[in-house]
Parts: sequence; structure tokens; C-alpha cells
Amino acid sequence: MKPAAVEVEGLTVRYGPLVALDGVSLRLAPGTVCGLIGMNGSGKSTLFKSVMGLLRADAGRVRIAGHDPAAARRRGIVGYVPQAEAVDWSFPVSVRDVVTMGRYGRLGALRRTRAADRVAVADALARVELTDLADRQIGQLSGGQRKRAFVARGIAQGAEVLLLDEPFAGVDKRSEATMSALLTDLAADGCAVLIATHDLQALPALAEEAVLLLRRVLLHGPVEEVLRPENLARAFGVDPLEQGRTA
Amino acid sequence: MNPLDLIVEPLSYGFMIRALVTTVVAAVVCALLSCWLVLIGWSLMGDAVSHAVLPGVVLAYVLGLPFAIGAIVFGFLAVGLIGAIRDTSRVKEDAAIGIVFTTLFALGLVLISVTPSQTDLNHIVFGNVLGVSVTDLAQVVVLGAVVAAVLLAKRRDLVLYAFDPGHAHAIGLSPRRSGALLLGLLALTAVVALQVVGVILVVAMLILPGATAQLLTDRFSRMLLLAPVLSAVCATIGLYLSYWLDAAPGGLVVVTQGAAFALVHLFGPRGLIARFRRASTKPVVDAVVHGERL
Repeated sequence: MKPAAVEVEGLTVRYGPLVALDGVSLRLAPGTVCGLIGMNGSGKSTLFKSVMGLLRADAGRVRIAGHDPAAARRRGIVGYVPQAEAVDWSFPVSVRDVVTMGRYGRLGALRRTRAADRVAVADALARVELTDLADRQIGQLSGGQRKRAFVARGIAQGAEVLLLDEPFAGVDKRSEATMSALLTDLAADGCAVLIATHDLQALPALAEEAVLLLRRVLLHGPVEEVLRPENLARAFGVDPLEQGRTA
Repeated sequence: MNPLDLIVEPLSYGFMIRALVTTVVAAVVCALLSCWLVLIGWSLMGDAVSHAVLPGVVLAYVLGLPFAIGAIVFGFLAVGLIGAIRDTSRVKEDAAIGIVFTTLFALGLVLISVTPSQTDLNHIVFGNVLGVSVTDLAQVVVLGAVVAAVLLAKRRDLVLYAFDPGHAHAIGLSPRRSGALLLGLLALTAVVALQVVGVILVVAMLILPGATAQLLTDRFSRMLLLAPVLSAVCATIGLYLSYWLDAAPGGLVVVTQGAAFALVHLFGPRGLIARFRRASTKPVVDAVVHGERL
């Protein structure tokens, strides 16, 4: 049997006296799209950081496609699409530059690209339909295009696990549909996609399964089940569909 | 007087030629480094490290070691202390930076006052580009070449570090190492530049060229070309002004660079005036462009 794309067992992370994650266990098979739902402070970003190996766990372990996080990083297995606020959009890099950064782990000390790398970058750009905009400065793209540029970076990287942090924030409906189709397509190729989001309306069309997180995993199941109001109320305390419309 | 004499006459003096070479080398190296510093948001860190190297440089003088060694030790010491204060007390980072670099700088001033020396160590504080010896010049050229070569060789890693350190980590690279490399280069560059403008004004040469270039282009590769060219031209103009006006060379180099920034910010293609014109004459087009971006 192929190892799980992401396997988290009993993961506990504390920031001083604050418990961010409390014994979280989670299995994600290759080729699945999974929504990660929880309010601010529920531990979504802590879980992401743990999967990326950015945090030391107080207990528990993380395996990525059968590797420990350090080995998975060296193999470039985990791709990351940051949330919009975490990126300096005025930074003087082009879309192609950003996608090329996905290849850096495979390049020599000077990070000079070879023909194969440039082909991989061009393919990734074509796949997210940004070929025509490849030479634009990254901040000159629309919200949805920006997200797709970072997905392309993960594709060029050859990521087997893709983590997306709020990919639908500030994105119009049409871009949202393009993004959903793209992620579904990547999953069909065997990529495991984990999406942290507040946007619960976008999820059913995209994800088969979802995780409800409140420092612990409250529920992990089919997306329709997780999105039932009585389940969401456990994670949010109020009806988040209502909250989502006003926010 | 023949206008050409304005340019040629100063070069009939050996000290002016040495001053010009030193100034241009320092201007180019500082400008390269400044491209990263302004993008990462390390201007204050540049200020801190460039001041904090003073006691290191004085101690290196006392012990007969190269200035560069003292500068690197105190550069990293300063960053270590800043981190330690920030992490172990309720003092915020900007206050921690202010505490550490002013204290180390003051320590440097104290050390200068008690160190008997042939050369006037106050030159380290204010710069003494007109008194640069052949040995000083050689040190500046060698250090400058090393810093420029390392920066250019590692430029892609450093850009990735500046843009998205999280991604660098995720693909198995070490953003921590890139940051340390940049700090080491910052300390070395401070040694190069203090010959020209002195410890106090090094930070100006470490911020202005990159900030000016940033206003002119949205391609990093062009920033890496524009910043050193602008910086070298301004430094040369500043040095000539100081000759003809008989005024402080270090100060005039920085004033010229500051004036270039002001001109670009006002009159450049993306400057305030161009933006004001666009906003007042083509509101419809602007609205469409803006709408598309949202």
C-alpha cells in the first residue's frame, strides 16, 4: 500500500502556556482534496507549519509520504501557497521568477536553471493558464491569478502535498471556479491537497473530505457531513455560513 | 577656466584619485547590498550593525588585526544581543535594536578615547576619504570584491530569502543560513563604507541606492544594475562637489544620493508628479486599470 501523503499522529504543539494543537491525528491519502476548517486560533496555521517542518512538536509525529519532515523537505514533497497577507506583492519578481523558485531545491549552489527546469516552469505556467502573464511583476496579477502563480510554483517543484492557506480570500467567483478545477485536476494526478479556509460555500464543489479543527480534530469525514450546521456549531459556536456572508 | 578642468584638475592629486576609487568601490558594494536590505525591511538592522561594528574595529586596531574581523564579530554580537533582549524581556524589537547599537557605538567611542594611536581613530566615526592610504585602498578593494562576488553568486538564494523564507525552508534550503550570510556581508560592507563616510553615515549608503532603484523598476535584476550605477555616479558627483566647495566629502556623497532619491521620487516614471498627472487627467482609465487589479 502506498504510504499516506500526510500522516499526523498525536501531534501536540504549545506556545508557552498556550496549547495550539492537542493530540491531533490525521491521515490524508494521495489524490484527495481535503478542507481544513476552523476559526482563527483553532490551530490551522500551526498544523500547516508542523507539516512543513517549521515547528518543533512537543509530542507526536508527522510523516510526509512515508518520510520524516526533514527528508520530505529535501525531496521538495510539500508545496505551500501562502495567504495573501503573508506576501509582499510589490516585491520586484515576475510570475516566472516565483514559479522558478519551485525548482531551487533541485539546483546547484548558484541556482542556475537548466533547460529541463525552464521546461518544467513553462509547463507549470501553462497548466495554471498564466503563460501570457509570465513576465508581469507578481503584484500586477488579480487575486485569483496570484494564487495560481503560487500553485504553479508547487507544480514546478513536483510537490506531492499542496497546502493552501485561504486560497479563496479576495478571489472572484470565476477565479474560484478556475482554482477549484485546477486543484481537482492536481488531485487526479495523485497530489494530496489540504485547504485551510473560512469560505465554506466553495468547499463542497472541491473537496471530498474535510477536517473540523479546534486545537483537536473534532471531526474528519465526508465534506457534506462536516458542513452540517450542528457539526460546524461545535467548531465555531455560531452558524459560520451566516457569519461567512457578513464577514 | 576650461570646463574639462573641473573634472581633470582634482585628479592631478594622488589623494583625490585614491579617494575617488575608494568612494566608487564603496558606493557600488553598498548599493548591491542595499537592494536586499530595502526589500527585506532591514534598514534599521543595517543602521544597527554599521554602528555596532565600531568597538570591533577599534579593538582590531589595538590588536593589530584586520578591521574586517573585529567588524564581523561585533556585527554578529549585536544581532545576537538584539535577539536575546527581544526574546527574554518584554522590550520590543525596535527598542532592543536601539539599546544594543547605541550602547556598542558608545563603547566604541570610549575605546577610541583611551586608545593612543598614530592615526586619528575619530576618522572611523566620520570617515576620512581624502586621507585614504594605499593600504586602506587595497583593503577596500579586496573586501569590496569579496562582498560583491558573494552577493552576486548567491543572489537567487538571497532573493528567495527576502521574498519567501517559508518556501525556502519547505524545499529543504536554509533561510537561517541565508540570513546569517547577509549579516556577515553587512558587517564587511560597513568596514568598506566607513572609510568613506564614517560609521555614522554608512547606513545612508546602505539604504538610499536600493530605495531609489526600487522606485525605478519592478525587476530585481534591473535593481542590481541601477542601484550601483546610480550610487557610483552620485558618489563621484559628491566627491567633486566636496573638492570644489571645500566641504565634507562623506556628507556630500550622502547628500547627493539623498537628492537623487528625492528627484526620482518626485519626477521619476512612477514618481509623485507622474502619478498626480495620471490621477487628474485619466481618471477613467486609471479606474479601469485599478478595477482589473482587484
